[in-house]
Amino acid sequence: MVELTLPKNSRMTVGKTWPKPEGATNVRAFKVYRWNPDTGENPSLDTYFLDMDKCGPMVLDALVKIKSEVDPTLTFRRSCREGICGSCAMNVDGINTLACIYGLDEIKGDVKIYPLPHMEVIKDLIPDLTHFYAQHASIMPWLETKTNKPATEWRQSIEDRKKLDGLYECVMCACCSTSCPSYWWNGDRYLGPAALLHAYRWIIDSRDEATGERLDELQDPFKLYRCHTIMNCAKTCPKGLNPAKAIAEIKKKMVERTI
Amino acid sequence: MSERVKGNRPLSPHLTIYRPQMSSISSILVRISGVSLSFGFVLIVWWLLAASTNIKYFESANSILSSWFGIVVLIGSVWALCYHSLGGIRHLIWDMGYGFDLKTADRMGWAVIIGSFVLTFVIICYSGALS
Repeated sequence: MVELTLPKNSRMTVGKTWPKPEGATNVRAFKVYRWNPDTGENPSLDTYFLDMDKCGPMVLDALVKIKSEVDPTLTFRRSCREGICGSCAMNVDGINTLACIYGLDEIKGDVKIYPLPHMEVIKDLIPDLTHFYAQHASIMPWLETKTNKPATEWRQSIEDRKKLDGLYECVMCACCSTSCPSYWWNGDRYLGPAALLHAYRWIIDSRDEATGERLDELQDPFKLYRCHTIMNCAKTCPKGLNPAKAIAEIKKKMVERTI
Repeated sequence: MSERVKGNRPLSPHLTIYRPQMSSISSILVRISGVSLSFGFVLIVWWLLAASTNIKYFESANSILSSWFGIVVLIGSVWALCYHSLGGIRHLIWDMGYGFDLKTADRMGWAVIIGSFVLTFVIICYSGALS
């Protein structure tokens, strides 16, 4: 359901303003969403200041600097620092992206950092992705075959392999799904752009032999058809993929098999 | 983590912090224009009903609809009709699998917005509503 305002326990308060670094001339403010499960208080927006002459170029560099030099309690996920693991997905400057590959020079003014939108928060910038992963698992993200296994591998032509480009690169960071207003309002039943992009990746795979079952599974008023081509997903994808296009291709397949 | 704490987890902010996108704004306008159109149609049906009832009723209904307020509402309805129709054409293009390139999608959005105002202007000029 559409809920324009946040529940009472989720409304943000003005948080702590941390001291400015001494002797710094190039200072930048970072407003970061904080929530501590141990206090039971409402979330707040803390303000940190960093000396940009001593900070790396990416948003993640700033977060790591805050955690190691200003406030060790700041909590966020990160791992590869090169946009391949998808761990540091968060809302930076109003859009969802991977903090490790988003440059601080791309942002004007104060840097605002929130967790991925409309998700249950575990702590600070860490959302609970349990449901998101369950939805991915529900689309059978594997090669489903019925014929006998070939002696070597399942062969695929170069042309058929090309159809997977723009799909296989998804790192499941959840930026797209959590940017989608349809997913905000109906995320319990609508699969969301990420899961649907993966669904299409297997539907279009020439080696897969369960295309019919996969489409049957998506023939549902909510799972697929809550996509209204808002396109926030494609706009925000840090890997430059286009889930909106993949979803449209699934819708086309649905029509094609009935005519 | 205890169940109590899990139950108290906040929902992260969404609409209020997400930067409006060309595509999301043009999309929600399709919905808004569609909903307001249904009110506009009720007005037109009321106007026709009045006309088929008797002349006194028609005169009072007509005077409301041709007052400045009525004209503003009707022009708004014309714009909503134009926007919703053009938005519908954009959706048909998408349904055929075209126009998903980010630049093309944005251009189509602008085309719908600018086109809706141009069409509204043309219709108003032709109808002579302001003369």
